[in-house]
Amino acid sequence: MAAQIRVLRRRIRSTQSIKKITRAMELIATSRIVKARARVEAAKPYAEQMTQMLSELASNSALDHPLLVERENARRAAVLVVTSDRGQAGGYNANVLREAESLQALLREQGKEPVLYVIGRKGVGYYRFRRRQVAASWTGFSEQPSYSDAAEVARTLVAAFMAGAGERDTAEAAQEADAPVEKVESVDELHLVYTQFKNMVTQTPASRRMAPMEVEYAEESGDAGDARPATAGDVKPLYEFEPDPETLFDALLPKYIGARLFAALLESAASESANRQRAMKAATDNANELIRSLTLESNQARQAQITQEISEIVGGADALVSAGSEDR
Amino acid sequence: MTVDLVAVERKIWSGQASFVLASTTEGEIGVMPGHEPTLAQLDDAAVVRVDGTDGSKTTLAVHGGFLHVTPDGVTVLAEFAELSEEIDVSRARDALRRAEGEGAEGAAAAERANVRLRAAGAAE
Repeated sequence: MAAQIRVLRRRIRSTQSIKKITRAMELIATSRIVKARARVEAAKPYAEQMTQMLSELASNSALDHPLLVERENARRAAVLVVTSDRGQAGGYNANVLREAESLQALLREQGKEPVLYVIGRKGVGYYRFRRRQVAASWTGFSEQPSYSDAAEVARTLVAAFMAGAGERDTAEAAQEADAPVEKVESVDELHLVYTQFKNMVTQTPASRRMAPMEVEYAEESGDAGDARPATAGDVKPLYEFEPDPETLFDALLPKYIGARLFAALLESAASESANRQRAMKAATDNANELIRSLTLESNQARQAQITQEISEIVGGADALVSAGSEDR
Repeated sequence: MTVDLVAVERKIWSGQASFVLASTTEGEIGVMPGHEPTLAQLDDAAVVRVDGTDGSKTTLAVHGGFLHVTPDGVTVLAEFAELSEEIDVSRARDALRRAEGEGAEGAAAAERANVRLRAAGAAE
């Protein structure tokens, strides 16, 4: 009996210390969501300005940049999967990875070979365990991504994509000679799998195509519609370009991809924190429940022990009394 | 005219200004109110100066930036940007020394460090 009480007490104590940890993680995650969402907001002006500049440029430049042109019979498609570095985030990583799997299945159906790029330690571990090849991976910034991280990833992906563009232009024979020299694995499409932050309770995994991309043009303000044909010439201000529009376009597009990737990373970070906060809240609640039932059980055991002791004493006293009466 | 200095991670500065000076890949450009609409690519590392209507002067080091002049105002877009008073001069000096030691490979880094020092008004 005494042993059982001791075991129960020990379990209560360990559950209490687990609860302290999960509670702390919950609080940290909560503050991280707020920060991550503030950063999503802070990054918006840049994205808006970028879109505005691109739409100005697009009306002045031929849209034949490799990042915009759909490639015929695309063979290889890069899939960038954004996962977290740490676990304890509920279904966050499982959901992203499942979305990535279904995207890869879709690409294979279309006859394209998926090439994996992974952000986050959990994703790296997932693919290493399954012995799947990963073209490149980055870890260590999933919770608090900075733009330089996003820029580095974007640089690698755009380089791989542009290497594919070069291949198109050269003949098949030359292509084989070129490939080993460049040492960049070429791809014909860029896909991104990340988690959208809809609100505090809903985060859904989503896949997007980053390249060839469709630029989201800024809405023309006001008098679009019937007025347009007549005043087409002076609706748009005439722009001066330094250097020429094509060079500007070349410089802008990779940055645009970087900015979009950064936005996706921030959203994923917010989603990760939200998932972790929910998972840790559930864990804390479970710990509370466990402590309650264990306390009840240990109290019952203690009471049973006391009852047993009393009945043993009473029984012993009775035996002594009856033994004494027989003696007389 | 309204001037916005926007970096990827945040809006750095916004306000009324009478003059903006920046260095593009083609050369220096000065923008005053009423300038024709312009799109320009700034130097990889560039110093941008904004003279506010209240007489204030704001200087920044801008990396990977673009200049967008519209009829209403000026927007400077930057991958990275630092206000002159935020620049850590001793760190920039260290970076410059390191980059110069690396020779040709460090040229870009040296240029960036140089621009940060110039923006901070501490260049030799």
